[in-house]
This record gives sequence, C-alpha cells and structure tokens, in this order.
Amino acid sequence: MERTYVDGKVVPLMASDVDTDQIIPAEFLKLITKKGLGRYLFYRWRYDEKGRPRSECFANDERFRGATILVTGSNFGIGSSRENAVWALLDYGIEAVIAPSFGDIFYSNATKNYLVCIRLPERSVQTLQERAADGDLRIKIDLANQKIVLPDGATMEFAMEPHVREKVIRRVDDLDLTMAFEDRISGFERTMSPSTVIDLSGLDPRTRQDKR
Amino acid sequence: MSNRTIVDKIWEAHTLAKDGGGRDLLYVDRHLVHEVTSPMAFEELRARGLRVRRPDLTVAVMDHNVPTGDRSLPIADELCANQLAALKGNATEFGLSLFDYTSPYQGISHVIFTELGLTLPGMTLTCGDSHTATHGAFGALAFGIGTSEVAHVLATQTLWIKKPKSMEMVVNGKMPYGVTAKDVALALLGRFGVNVGFEHIMEYRGATINRMSMDERMTLCNMSVEGGARTAIVSPDETTLEYLKKRPCLPKAEAWEEMASSWRKIASDPGAEFDRSLQMDVANIEPQVTWGTNPSMVSGVTGTVPDPRELKDDTQRHAVERAIRYMGLRPGMKIEDITIDRVFIGSCTNGRLSDLMEAAKVVAGKKVNRKVRAMVVPGSQVIKREAEKLGLHQVFLDAGFEWRNSGCSLCLGMNEDKLLPGERSASTSNRNFEDRQGPGGRTHLVSPLMAGAAAIEGHFVDVREWDQVDIFLGGQV
Repeated sequence: MERTYVDGKVVPLMASDVDTDQIIPAEFLKLITKKGLGRYLFYRWRYDEKGRPRSECFANDERFRGATILVTGSNFGIGSSRENAVWALLDYGIEAVIAPSFGDIFYSNATKNYLVCIRLPERSVQTLQERAADGDLRIKIDLANQKIVLPDGATMEFAMEPHVREKVIRRVDDLDLTMAFEDRISGFERTMSPSTVIDLSGLDPRTRQDKR
Repeated sequence: MSNRTIVDKIWEAHTLAKDGGGRDLLYVDRHLVHEVTSPMAFEELRARGLRVRRPDLTVAVMDHNVPTGDRSLPIADELCANQLAALKGNATEFGLSLFDYTSPYQGISHVIFTELGLTLPGMTLTCGDSHTATHGAFGALAFGIGTSEVAHVLATQTLWIKKPKSMEMVVNGKMPYGVTAKDVALALLGRFGVNVGFEHIMEYRGATINRMSMDERMTLCNMSVEGGARTAIVSPDETTLEYLKKRPCLPKAEAWEEMASSWRKIASDPGAEFDRSLQMDVANIEPQVTWGTNPSMVSGVTGTVPDPRELKDDTQRHAVERAIRYMGLRPGMKIEDITIDRVFIGSCTNGRLSDLMEAAKVVAGKKVNRKVRAMVVPGSQVIKREAEKLGLHQVFLDAGFEWRNSGCSLCLGMNEDKLLPGERSASTSNRNFEDRQGPGGRTHLVSPLMAGAAAIEGHFVDVREWDQVDIFLGGQV
C-alpha cells in the first residue's frame, strides 16, 4: 500500500518546545493500548481541572475538526521517549506534523508508525500557521517529490532522509527488514565475548526483603 | 587511525549492516525493559509469534509505577497494578530476569544497572526510556528508544539507527563550593538551550569531567537528553575502572582483565575529530534553580525570574510569559523569594548515595520548614540499605523528611507520589515540564544540596553560604 501524499486540513499549534508530557500526560501511559489514546491528546491543554473543555485548544474548536496536518513550533516532541505521543496523534487523526525541528526520539517513533514529520524553516511554518488560523487551509504534502502544495499553487520544498521517505510511502516494517539480516546477527553472536551475557549470580539471594 | 571518537569505535564494532537509506543496524549488547513502555512491545511479539531473541542479554525492572510506601500492602492504583502484573507475566512468558518491586535489588532501571556493574564500557545498550543516556557515563553507547524499537530489540537484539553527528562538550574549571554536577548540567542547558544536542551524541571531555566521580558523570549524562542530545558519553578512565571493580555482577576475573585492557583502548583518541565543539567553564557558576517549564529556563540562585517585556524575540517572549504564568511567578522576583511546598530528593538524576549524602550535609541537625512536605526516595533499595548503614535515614527522619522505598516516584508522578494542583516543589529530578509531577504542579529543578537547604528554609537559599556538616568523618551528628 503506497501513499505518496498526505492532504488535508491544517491545524496550527502556536507553541514551541512542546514536550511529550504535554502531548500525552504520564497518567495515560498506564493504559495498555494504542487505540483510543486520541481522546487524551494534549489532555491538560484541552480540559481544565474539572474536565471541562478549554475553548482555546484546537481540539475543542469546531473550525479545526477533521484536521490531519499539525503545524507547530520548533523542538516538537522533546523529552520522554513515550511512543504513546505518536499513537495519540495518529489515533486523533493527525497524519502529518510540520515543525522547524523535532525531538530525536519522537521523530524516530513517528517514523516507525508512519506518522509523517516534516521539517520546514521557521518562516515557512509561520506562513502556514497564519494562513491556517481560521481553519480553512488545506494543503497537499507530496512525499514522492518532497514538496508542500498550497491552494494557490505555491510550493514549499522539504528534505527528508531516504529511509524515512521509504518508510512513510511504502510502510516498510523494520522487523521484516531485519529478518533478512539473520546471518549477520548470528554471525556477530558467535564472535561475541561470552561475558556479555548477564550474570546475576553475584547477587545475594538471602538479602532480606524490604517491606517497610 | 588516531582521530576516532569512542562513539566511532563502538559504532564500528557493533554495525552489522546498512539499509541503503542512511541507517545502520547495530547489535545491542544489553537491553533494559520496564513496565510502562514494554507491554505493547511484548504484545507485538505475541502478535507475530516471535520470542525474545536473547533473554540472557535482557533485564526487566519495575520502576516507573511502583509504590514507594509500604510494599507489603496491595497496590492501590489498579492501572499501575495491571502494568506491573503485565511485566511480571511477560518476564515469565519470555524467560527474562526480573527485578520485581519487592526485590531487595529493585530500583530505577538506570540506577540499578549501573550500580550492579551491568553497564560496561564499550557496550551498546538500549532501554525504552529517554534517560538511558545515563549509562553513557561508563563509556557505553546507550540509547533511549520507543516501544516499536523495544519490540525490535527484543525480537532481534538489534537497532536500526542513523549515526548521529558528534559533539564534544569540553568542561573546564574547578566547581565552586556548593556547586554540583546537577548545577553544571542546568547551567549548560541555560546557556545552550533545549536543542543544543539535537541529532548529536555529546561527549563530555575536559579537566572538570576527568575529576568527576561516576555519580557526577551519570548526573551530567542523564541531563544531556534535556538538551536534545541523542545520547551522551564519557570515555572510560581509571575512575570508571575503580568504580566497576567493586560491583557485584561483573564478568569473571579472567574476562575482567581482558575487558579492562580493551576499555582503555576505546576511549576517544587524543586527536579525535568532532562535528561540533562547545566549551564551558564552570569556575564561576552558581547553584542553579529552574524558574520555567523546561530545564533551560534556569537562573543562578542569586538571580531573578526574567521579565518577558525585556525580550525582543516574539517566540521567546511568549514562551517565557506562558512559563511564568504557569509557574505562578512574578517577572523580576528574586529566586530566593520563591517559597516551596514540597521537596523531592531522588530520581535517576540525583537519587544515588552521594546525592543523599550531599543533601544530608545541609539537613543534619535542622528541621524541615513546617509548611513543607519533604521526601527522600533512594534510587534503589541497595542505596537505601547503604544509606541506612551510614545512618543517613535517621538524619532525614529526624529533620522531618519521609524516608521511602525506591522508584521513579515524584519525578513523573505515575504512582501515588504527586504534587497537588498549585503545589510548588524543589526537586532533584530532571524535568520541570507543565504537569510533570502532577496536574497543576510547579517544579523547580535543583541539586540535592539546594533541595535540602530549601526544605529547611521553605524557600530557595544560596547553599554556598551554608556550612556543610561533615557527618561521615566524626562530624557533628
């Protein structure tokens, strides 16, 4: 199943340094599931202490209903490694995030789940955010040709690592890919020092249990 | 070749293949899994009918969710209990060693792995936790990974990764009295920002690093991820070897000699070349206190909360305005005038024995301010026992601190240890993000010394003006 482009409504998120604790708070990491996490996306920005929707959050704004492309400030997804941040965005319906820069682990997690992350210069991001402010901007992200097409035909080019592009277009699964290297893995293991194996026998089994 | 970095050497020794798209396939020597980021990874394995390839290179630890109170009681939070039970079930099903929350060796994964001698120089290591960078202090190449990657490592013992660029962070100067590795880390973030390390591996070098203990190096490497670094590393030296010699889970003696000699060779070459080089002098830094909602929003203790009106850049001004509003602070107010409700001493950043000893030095013989609730959560049960042997628990208990069992605890508030809305903490942990320690909670990151002193006074104080009671050499206790 190839996907050479993402098109849809743009939602601007006017914030930089958005950490994964904001994308999905830790208490929702206790749920053993990927499905349904969308309802907890940006939970603290979305609901007040009493659970009432905050009108200033895009998720509570009718104009941005159905948006699939999030355009936000630099350093998006910094902090905790929680992949739940990516799952929550996808489950909410976001297919692509555009920002000047991304947290490294978030970026890698996004790639594994085929969430498209696009780096654009600060100025281009601001242009998109301004034009999307009223919820009526639709754009097309052309993955094959690495450019964003605006309604007036204007384009913005972006760079994407070849392996990331491959993944988001063809949904290449890493585990399948790695299985082809079984020989290399077992070859390495044959030459590996036996002392790499974890040895817990040095721990005293009689050490008392702390139950205070 | 004499210009290679330690990362170059470890990378080369572990690269099995390339994907043609820029990534290398690295063999992972050791893998740590914990209860929060692993359940969906095991689920993935089950769905595909896969086993854990190397249970003998994998260890499971309960740390994020565990209660730090009475462990003989059932776990009150049902979701936490489920997640802990899932890890136990998965460890049994897939044949992994497990540090259960009742184990005498339980603790925060990064703390126990290093203190038991399971993190060794030259190794590659992964864990589904961003603070895995901590292990870099040993000259190991350690990556925090997401859940898909956890599944991948479990199934194949390998990781696909594009080699990050290299950066040296050269730290020089003598750390002043009252200034700790935590202050160095925070000052560095204050100066260079939360994206200084993006797409880079940061190698710490320089005279200050050479003089640092392993605990201090771990604190520094741990916080590097707050600067966006993919990971951090310190080349192993005699300090590393001395530390490791005393650990209980080392390879057998013959292997040890051989390994030790190989470790000396993996240190970065004297002429190693880096893609980027930054310098930092620590001789004049103050104890640090964060005032905002990311770790780079930090000031020296004698400083003030910034005034956003003085900032010209729009993005920066909005960020500072928002942070100050969230934190409930006034622009221009003195850091020392910020009063606190809670103190947390613990975490994979500052929950080691030396951190507890530092805090005890300023707490000994004093009383926690009556408006403050203060707790010590040792990084591991081993540290807890060692501290109790030294009588540290009594120092803290006498002062009015709670002395709890180990775990991630109030660093991220997944268990019952949380800030209440509006509560303000002095915390030795690593993140001051909005709601991090509990919904509506306000976090100020500091060193254990600063946290101890703040607990006593009820507000931040310049710990350089305090005497540190030497309680370990026949001091005043």
